[in-house]
Amino acid sequence: MPKTLFDKVWERHVVVPETAEHPATLYIDLHLIHEVTSPQAFTVLKERGLKVRRPDRTLATIDHSTPTLIDADGNRPFVTEQAEKQVSLLLANTAEHGIETHGWDSDYRGIVHVMGPELGATRPGMTIVCGDSHTSTHGAFGAIAFGIGTTQVGHVLANQCILMRKPKTMAIHVDGELSDGVTPKDVILAIIAEIGVGGGTGYALEYRGSVFENMSMDGRMTVCNMSIEAGARCGMVAPDQTTFNYLEGRKFAPTDYEAACEDWLSLASDDGAAYDKEVFLKAEDIRPMVTYGTHPGMAMPIDAMIPAAADEAEENALDYMQVKAGTEIEGLKVDRVFIGSCTNSRMEDLRAAARIMSGAKVVGDVIAIVVPGSELVKKQAEAEGLHEIFETAGAQWREPGCSMCIAMNGDKAAPGELVVSTSNRNFAGRQGPGARTILASPETAAAAAIAGVLTDPRVFSDAGEDPTDVL
Amino acid sequence: MSFDPIKNITSKTLVLPAANIDTDQIIPARFLTVTTRDGLGKHAFNDWRYDDDGTPNDHLLNQVNSPDYQILVGGHNFGCGSSREHAPWALTDYGFRAVISSEIADIFKGNSLKNGLLPVVIEKSAHQWLLDHPGEEVTIDLEKCEVRLPKNGGTYSFEIDAFSRHCLMEGVDEMGYLGTQNDAIAEFETNHG
Ligand code: SF4
Repeated sequence: MPKTLFDKVWERHVVVPETAEHPATLYIDLHLIHEVTSPQAFTVLKERGLKVRRPDRTLATIDHSTPTLIDADGNRPFVTEQAEKQVSLLLANTAEHGIETHGWDSDYRGIVHVMGPELGATRPGMTIVCGDSHTSTHGAFGAIAFGIGTTQVGHVLANQCILMRKPKTMAIHVDGELSDGVTPKDVILAIIAEIGVGGGTGYALEYRGSVFENMSMDGRMTVCNMSIEAGARCGMVAPDQTTFNYLEGRKFAPTDYEAACEDWLSLASDDGAAYDKEVFLKAEDIRPMVTYGTHPGMAMPIDAMIPAAADEAEENALDYMQVKAGTEIEGLKVDRVFIGSCTNSRMEDLRAAARIMSGAKVVGDVIAIVVPGSELVKKQAEAEGLHEIFETAGAQWREPGCSMCIAMNGDKAAPGELVVSTSNRNFAGRQGPGARTILASPETAAAAAIAGVLTDPRVFSDAGEDPTDVL
Repeated sequence: MSFDPIKNITSKTLVLPAANIDTDQIIPARFLTVTTRDGLGKHAFNDWRYDDDGTPNDHLLNQVNSPDYQILVGGHNFGCGSSREHAPWALTDYGFRAVISSEIADIFKGNSLKNGLLPVVIEKSAHQWLLDHPGEEVTIDLEKCEVRLPKNGGTYSFEIDAFSRHCLMEGVDEMGYLGTQNDAIAEFETNHG
């Protein structure tokens, strides 16, 4: 029987099959941990006198509550003592259990979902979990990757397995050619707007079609990252030459690379494989997208009129955002711009933002911050001179971390401020109590910074020479 | 994590009718720097309940005596967003033992089941009845997998994974269960490198 990519990877990891009474016991190849969702799990381990079963399959970093500024004395000022304690506890726990940790001294430290792929720790055909819902990012490599809660972090630490029932599968086809100025972020926002924030609940998504085949790994990661915003725990893209080129030569890339690639190629869904649901979008219909409400499903083309509220919840969302149905969203006054997060903080994202900000200035009272996803991204961006483009434009160039995506390290907006953000969640208060978030691509965020108002990034597309050529 | 077994819950309902209540509403991220799981109840729905300076406002959650309201009824698509287990921790610490909605997000549902918070997805008409009748005494019978509404509101069945139900009713802990599969896990590791 023809099988899907998801089925094939799932089957390779079943330790004890699922029955009516029990979920399957699924083996986990890679467990990523960070400071926020692991301390209570290590406490449970300690209480029960258990060891970490496979420290060699566990990787740690610090990213969520870490400062993104270094002060004049070279210190990193934490937002609270408790945040600092959380980070030191992670470092102590991982040292005690012999877990490879990318802390302050590592060239690889970064947002956990940026770091995994950069190390080549994320590879096709794997099962990957992390106590963080955007673990779906790693599905871009053809891995089954999903977020788990702290109790399950404890399960994986102790047993390297989780208990889970097999989800249903949904294929999302986007065929055709994207128009100029339409980015992977726009594609995923269009998908979420189409199927809704609960549309993927209970499903594993597979992104199929020419748009994803032609997309870079950075772009595929942006798409898979936001699968969770449609309610799906994971989203995948079949591994292909683009995947293999990305992984070749990375720290954890397999030694017999050719054999590995051959195996990975066989993971692609078979012709005629059946999905529980299929959704079709046309690439040509997708325009640059922005959100206008308080969940990622309330997304619209930037050049359209704000849709009418469908129910009371949407009405409240429009009120919260201080926007009106039937009016243009373009032209909305912007207070802050955040370019970063595991959705859009990789090289392709920073290059795109720099292309638009090159030679321009951030409008007077707008605060724009650019936060690279990892130390590697930071280093590469600086080698290409991107930081100079941002700083010359008047944007702040920060240290890697989650920053304003979750606003728990002190980087946040003031109540009522409008933030154009490349992150993944526009929930009320996500970027600070009362802050209003508009999710957008790096291009749209950069355009907002230099225009001071929400602006269709396509008006800047001609201006955009590759900044790396300019320098 | 150990918790008291749940067989059935009879309690008044506390109704928060908004749709798409996400985990950032249930427990805002700035309270996630804790390293234990206790005491988060006072921050459950923090930004709804307190003014900017931290003074409690007149939100329903500040008015009721929480042990009297063990059942939270949320609007459609409850618990979407992050995988933070701090969300069910905050709700159980507040005093809730069950959440009812017409749709509940996957990860939140899984996290709740592991922490003695019973997530109940119920059909639209029953959900609407609950939204329309806040504070009524409702019974969730886990043995029979049904919700019984008072005042001729009717009886509705709900579905719950058999294993999760078993764990909740017996207070069984999944880590202990996984521990019994040690041999199978070791064999898998031998065969798969
Ligand atoms: S950048 Fe945002 S979404 Fe990504 S891991 Fe950090 S907090 Fe989570």
